[in-house]
Amino acid sequence: MSTAGAPLTRRSMLAGGAALAGYLVVGIDLSTNPLARAGEAPVDVSLNAFLRITPDSKITMVMPAVEMGQGSYTSMAMILAEELDIDLDQVRLEHAPPDRSHYVNPALGDQITGGSTTILAWFVPLRKAGASARSMLLQAAAELWNIPADALRTSAGLVVHDRSNRSATYGELVTRMSPRLIAPDLPLKSARDFKLIGTSAKRLDTAAKVNGHAVYGIDVMLPGMKFATLASSPVLGGKVLHVDDTRAKRISGVRQIVVLDDMVAVVADHMWAAMQGLEVLEVRWDDGPYATAFSDGLWSALEKGSAAAGATAKKKGDAVGQLAGARVFDATFELPFLAHAAMEPMNCTVHVRPDGCEVWVGTQAPLKAQSAAARSAGLDPDKVTIHNHLIGGGFGRRLEVDGVAKAVRIARHVDGPVKIVWSREEDIRQDYFRPLYHLRTRAKVEDGKIIAWHHRITGPSILSRWVPVELKDGVDEDAIGGAVETPYDFPNMLVEYVRHEIPEVPTSFWRGVGPNANVFAAECLIDRIARELKADPVEFRRRMITDKPRARAVLDLAASKAGWSTPLQVPKAGGRVGRGIALLAAFGSFLATVAEVVVADDGEVTVSRVVTAADVGTIINPDTLTAQVEGGVVFGIGAVLHGQITIAGGKVQQSNFHDYRVTRINEMPAMECHFVKNDESPGGIGEPGTVTIQAAVANAVFAATGVSLSRMPINRSLIAKRAI
Amino acid sequence: MCCLLFPVTDVTLREDTVISLNINGQRRTADVPPEMPLLWVLRDVLGLTGTKFGCGVAQCGACTVHVDGIALRSCQLQVGDIANGNIITIEQIGNTDTGRRVQKAWLDVEVVQCGYCQSGQIMSAAALLSATPVPTDADIDAAMAGNICRCGTYARIREAIKQAAKAA
Repeated sequence: MSTAGAPLTRRSMLAGGAALAGYLVVGIDLSTNPLARAGEAPVDVSLNAFLRITPDSKITMVMPAVEMGQGSYTSMAMILAEELDIDLDQVRLEHAPPDRSHYVNPALGDQITGGSTTILAWFVPLRKAGASARSMLLQAAAELWNIPADALRTSAGLVVHDRSNRSATYGELVTRMSPRLIAPDLPLKSARDFKLIGTSAKRLDTAAKVNGHAVYGIDVMLPGMKFATLASSPVLGGKVLHVDDTRAKRISGVRQIVVLDDMVAVVADHMWAAMQGLEVLEVRWDDGPYATAFSDGLWSALEKGSAAAGATAKKKGDAVGQLAGARVFDATFELPFLAHAAMEPMNCTVHVRPDGCEVWVGTQAPLKAQSAAARSAGLDPDKVTIHNHLIGGGFGRRLEVDGVAKAVRIARHVDGPVKIVWSREEDIRQDYFRPLYHLRTRAKVEDGKIIAWHHRITGPSILSRWVPVELKDGVDEDAIGGAVETPYDFPNMLVEYVRHEIPEVPTSFWRGVGPNANVFAAECLIDRIARELKADPVEFRRRMITDKPRARAVLDLAASKAGWSTPLQVPKAGGRVGRGIALLAAFGSFLATVAEVVVADDGEVTVSRVVTAADVGTIINPDTLTAQVEGGVVFGIGAVLHGQITIAGGKVQQSNFHDYRVTRINEMPAMECHFVKNDESPGGIGEPGTVTIQAAVANAVFAATGVSLSRMPINRSLIAKRAI
Repeated sequence: MCCLLFPVTDVTLREDTVISLNINGQRRTADVPPEMPLLWVLRDVLGLTGTKFGCGVAQCGACTVHVDGIALRSCQLQVGDIANGNIITIEQIGNTDTGRRVQKAWLDVEVVQCGYCQSGQIMSAAALLSATPVPTDADIDAAMAGNICRCGTYARIREAIKQAAKAA
C-alpha cells in the first residue's frame, strides 16, 4: 500500500494485489483521467468505472446501459445514489464508452442494452459500486480525523462524525483517498432503509428533452461536418449496376456522390441538398436473386417449413402420445414482419482519419458498433472511438450496427466528418424486421384443465446471426422465449423449434422478442379452449397455475381491478363489446393485461380500456414502471391492429407513416396499471406490456365477435358484421 | 389526415439565395435555395437541432414550429415563403406563457420517455392552448393526432395539456 497522497495507477495496485484473491481492489485511477493535465492536480477522481467525484463534490455517473426512453439513466443513477448516499440533484450523467472490462451486461454477456435486462442485470453491480465508493470515502474521513470508520456515518454527500460535530463533503475527501481493498461481501443497504429506490424520483434526462437541448445521435454538429443520405439496394443482396449523377451533381450544395457496390450516398452541405440529390440520382440496380420474394410465397414457404422435424426445446411427459387421436384443440397463428419505426431515423456521424475513426451514434450495443466500425474502416477496434448518445426510440433496432458499418464505409470516401441520416423511407425499408412466425399450438383437456400441450415455433433464428456458434441442440433460445417457461403447469408438454430461414428479408429483435410471438399464440389458444368448455377465461387459467403464486396474483389483481365479472357497457354509438385477458411469466416478471374492445359493424376495432397488473419484484421507480407499461401497451396496440410489412418483388412495400400505420393519440384506451409490491429480485418491464396487450386485444375481439383470428394484424373484413 | 408529398420537380439547377428569416425574435440569414424546407435550415444551417426530422412528409409532427402563432410542419415550409413570418421553435417556446405552462406540465406529469417527438408535441400543444385555452378531449385529439409518439406517451400528453390549461 502506498502512503496517502501519492497517486497510484490501477496497474500497480493490481500487481500488488495478486496475493489477495477474492478481494476487490479499488484503485484511484488518476492516470487515465481525461481532465487531468500533466503536472496539475486532477479535477475529478474516478472511484470506479461508474463514479467520478470532483473536489467540489460534482458527481459524474457513467451509465453502462443506454437511455432510449425506458428511464434507465434515472433508475441506474438512483441505484448508485442509494448506496453512495447522495441526492440526485448533484449528479451529472455520461454515456459509457465501449469497454469490455467494465460495462458488459452480466445477463447478456456483452455491452448491450436490451431484453428488459438493465435493472435485473445492473441492480447488484451498481449497488456494490455505490457501496464500495461510500466505504472508501468513510475510510478517507477516518484516516483524516483519526477516528474509526464505524463511528462515522454518511448523509447526502457528507461524511459526518456526530460526537465531534465534524463533517466533510465527498469532494473534500476524494483527493485524500488512498487505494484500499474492499471485501467482496461489503454489506448493501437493507430494502427497508431505501430512501430513493422505490420512489418516483424525477427523471434526470427529461428537462433537456422539453426545451430542445437534448442531443440525440442525429443532432451531432461538428466543425466542418458534411451531411449525407443514402440508398441501399431496395432488394436485399442487390448491387448497383449503373449510376448517372449528372442531375444530382447540379443540385446546389451537393459535394460528392459515393457509389459502393450495394448502396449510394449523396454528400452535401445540408440534408436538403443531400436528399434532393438522391432523388435525382439515377441508379440502376441489379436486384439479384431475392427479387422473386413475395409475401404470399413467404407465408406458404413458412407453413410448409413448419412441417419439418423440430428441435426439442422442452419435453415433459408424453404430449405427443396424449395428443394422438384424442379430441384436440389445434390452432395456428401467423405473425407478420413488423418494423421498428422509432421516431429518430437511423443515423451515424463518422470521421475517418488515417490512424483512427471517430463515431457519434445512438447505439444499444457500443462494442458491436466499435467492431463494425473497425471492420468497415480496416482498423483495429482500439483505434475506433464510439460516442454514444440518447436514442430517440430503440425497440431493438439499435442493437444492430448496420447503420454504423454503412456510415463508415461511406465516410472512408469523405474528407472530414460526415453525418449520415437515413430518410424515413430508407429507415422503414432497410429495417431488420420482427420475423415472420408460424406458431402451431395443440392441447388436450381433461377434467377442465389442459393436460397436454404442444407448441411448435417456426421462423428465422436471429441468434444464429448474432452468436457465431451452433445453436445448442438446434434450439434458438430467443425464438422459444415465453414458450418453455409458462405460468401454467401442464403435465405433458412439448415445445419445438423449427428453424426456417427467410434469406430475402433481414430480421432482428423487436420489442417483446420471443415471448411476443409465443405468449400471443398460447394465450389465444387458451381462450379458444375456455370458450369451447364454456369456462371463464380467468378461472380456466387460474386452475392451471400451481407453482407460480406470483402469476396467479397478477392474474387475480388484473381481473379484479378490471371488474372482470361485471357486464360490459355497450357504447351509445353501438358496436360489439368484449373483454380479453393475457398472462405472461417472462423477462423475470409477471404481467396480466385485460383489454376491453368495441368492434364496429365494419370491423373497426377500438381498444377502450386496458388494465394491467404487474409484479416486477423490487421496483426502482414506480412512475417509470407505469410509463413503461403504458408505452408498451401503445406499441403493442399498433402491432395487433395495424402493423405489417409486406414484400413484393423482394422490396418492402411500405415506406412512411401513411402506409405503415402506428398508434396515434386519438386511438388511446383508458389505462390503469397496478403493481404488486415485494422484495423479490428486480425483473424487466420494458417489453412485457407490449407482449400481453396483443393477446388481450385478440381475445377481447374473440369475445366480442366469436371470430378467432389466426393471422395478425386483425383483419377488419373478417370481423365485420356482414361477414359473420 | 392531410399528406403532403414534395413534388419531384425536374429542376436541373437550384440557386442559393440569401434568405432572411425571423426566428425566435432574431433576424437570421441563410444562403440556401428558397424552396429549402425550414426544417433543414433550422437544423443544418442554423444549428437549432431542437426541431426534429421524423418523416419528411408531414405525417409525424416531429418538425412542428410556430409561424405567426400557428403550428406548422417545418418539413413542408419553404423558406422562400415565410420571410415575413414570426417563427418560434422549441428553443424559444419556453419564453412564452403557454410554452412555459406546457413545459412545466410536461415535467410535472413526467410525459417524456425517449423524448424525440416531444419538441413537436409541445409545439402542437402550445398552439392548441393559445387558440383553445380549455380544450376538450376532442379538441386535443384533433390538434395532436398529427404528432406520433412511438414510446406511447399519449395518455400523459393529454393529462399534461389539461394541467397546463388549468395553470393559466
